[in-house]
Amino acid sequence: MKILIKLVFIITCVYSSFGYANEQLKLDKAPINLNDQASLQRGAKTFVNYCLNCHSANYMRYNRLKDIGLSDNLIKENLLFTAEKIGEPMKIAMTKKDAKDWFGANPPDLSVEVRARGADWVYSYLRGYYRDSSRPTGWNNTVYVKTAMPHILWKLQGDQKLNEEHHTLELIKPGTLSVKEYDTLIGDLVNYLTFMSEPSKLKRLHMGYYVLLFLGLLLVLTINLKKEFWKDIK
Amino acid sequence: MKTEIKTKKTKSGLVAWIDDRFPLSSFITNHLREYYAPKNFNFWYYFGALALLTLVLQLITGLLLTMHYKPDAELAFGSVEYIMRDVSFGWLIRYMHSTGASLFFVVIYLHMFKALIYGSYKNPRELLWLFGVAIFLCLMGEAFFGYLLPWGQMSYWGAQVIVNLFSAIPFVGPDLSEWLRGDYLVSDATLNRFFAFHVIALPLALFGLVFLHLVALHEVGSNNPDGVEIKKNVDKKTNIPLDGIPFHPYYTVKDLIGVSVFLLVFALIVFYLPEMGGYFLEANNFIPADPLKTPAHIAPVWYFTPYYSILRAVPPILNSQFPGVAAMGLSVIAFAFLPWLDRSKVKSIRYKGNLFKRWIGLFVVSFLVLGYLGTVPSTVWGQFSNAIPLIGGVDKATVVARIFTITYFLFFVLMPYYSKKDKTKPVPSRVSY
Repeated sequence: MKILIKLVFIITCVYSSFGYANEQLKLDKAPINLNDQASLQRGAKTFVNYCLNCHSANYMRYNRLKDIGLSDNLIKENLLFTAEKIGEPMKIAMTKKDAKDWFGANPPDLSVEVRARGADWVYSYLRGYYRDSSRPTGWNNTVYVKTAMPHILWKLQGDQKLNEEHHTLELIKPGTLSVKEYDTLIGDLVNYLTFMSEPSKLKRLHMGYYVLLFLGLLLVLTINLKKEFWKDIK
Repeated sequence: MKTEIKTKKTKSGLVAWIDDRFPLSSFITNHLREYYAPKNFNFWYYFGALALLTLVLQLITGLLLTMHYKPDAELAFGSVEYIMRDVSFGWLIRYMHSTGASLFFVVIYLHMFKALIYGSYKNPRELLWLFGVAIFLCLMGEAFFGYLLPWGQMSYWGAQVIVNLFSAIPFVGPDLSEWLRGDYLVSDATLNRFFAFHVIALPLALFGLVFLHLVALHEVGSNNPDGVEIKKNVDKKTNIPLDGIPFHPYYTVKDLIGVSVFLLVFALIVFYLPEMGGYFLEANNFIPADPLKTPAHIAPVWYFTPYYSILRAVPPILNSQFPGVAAMGLSVIAFAFLPWLDRSKVKSIRYKGNLFKRWIGLFVVSFLVLGYLGTVPSTVWGQFSNAIPLIGGVDKATVVARIFTITYFLFFVLMPYYSKKDKTKPVPSRVSY
């Protein structure tokens, strides 16, 4: 046992002295709140208007937007651009081949993108664009260096410049939105993308409460049952 | 016994009708009501029953998933998302299956650890142990084949790496791995055959082996934390072990507590931590498989990482990766030899000396450190400075993995020596309760 404790001690010392060699990229925290339906609805609007031309969400059906408080009619009138029926998934018209020719890369399907990248990554990425004349699109990104995606929201955000010395971004030409408004827009969008990546999440969190309560009661019951039966074992 | 069965036969009704044609009552008598288990089982003895529970859970959730899943390279990823979104409670079934897979290994590892500390593999339980090792191997195969099915990036590249390991076998390797894949790279053909293995071949083998494991168990009876054979002390009149109690109702009700606690932990993960910080469901697996894009860091799921670490730690010899592959295979197979490596006079750790305890401790630490290192890139701790002779410029994590790979194997290799030399304590004739 002593040697075990010694070993654990040595390992912790060695481990903490090593530290992490490659510094992790610092990401901003995305303001995720799946209970904020207004934010989710604003995010859905931004998604359908700006993203859902090049990016598909093949596994997300339009009528699932009812989960964030929209009605069939609201969805049909305001958000249904790429499909005819409300039960259809969010597909796009652009083919993979065209996308490859035009952008040099295939824009990924965004149905579960947040689960692959993380909400913070997407939040920081969409706010990390800066002017770079060496890139074919004229844009580069601090989070995803040499990203193939041009800055779709540049009219809203304005132009940023990279301060190479401090590795920070500076707004050199304001867009139609203020910095705060733009951050809120992206926050809502990422909130929506998070919802879309797992639409059953709220139901899951809610249901778990009752399941755990039930199992807790079952445990009390089984403990007492065992006690009753084992009374006669000496 | 005979009189008992006779009295039951005089009973009229359905049970009697069945008993005349099928040994129903005698089975319940022999394997539950009058199957005697030691009365001193502790915490570690819950995991056998829990393993059986997990197996059944995986079978039921797996069956339901199969109704909606499509084993087709074009459709597989989408069908999993379809299950997560459009199938009623599909998300619950899928999370139960993915969480169940990881918890199955947690349960099995704890079950094996019990055998390790109480010497449950020793005479007369060698065959029982060997069936157990075979179940473990089958389970690893089952998990490996199943992991390809979601057809995400990690599924795809994990399978690619593991199948490629077979290429390292001298002479037949490259042909063998091509034969396993059914193609030059992991593809639709591979997905189809992995699906077949995952849903038919291995579950069938698992059930067969679990049955044999239980038959062997009921022949020799359970070991216990004292390592005392309860059959050696029986009541002279009734021939019932003095330290034994009927499995039913005593252990059925006790196991219900274990089941409740297990289900609580299970539900907590399924409902609140289904990804378990990337250990149960990896982020990269939410990107559809792309044969043209290799992920920067490929790691197996946590339950394979100790062996994966060993694979990475062993350096190639004469440009061949075979030594690493062989070491990895050996690290798993080594468990099968325990009954013959352990030469201690006593079974349980309670009566073993410090030497054995230290080696088990070292083994557990090796297993955990290797397990952790298998989840991270070998560059995680940086490199040793070039000024240091021999290991200058080498990844620190690789050196640590090598040290613990050696201790992992020394635990097995030196066991005949240290288990014999160990100063044991006298074993009481009856169990302590």
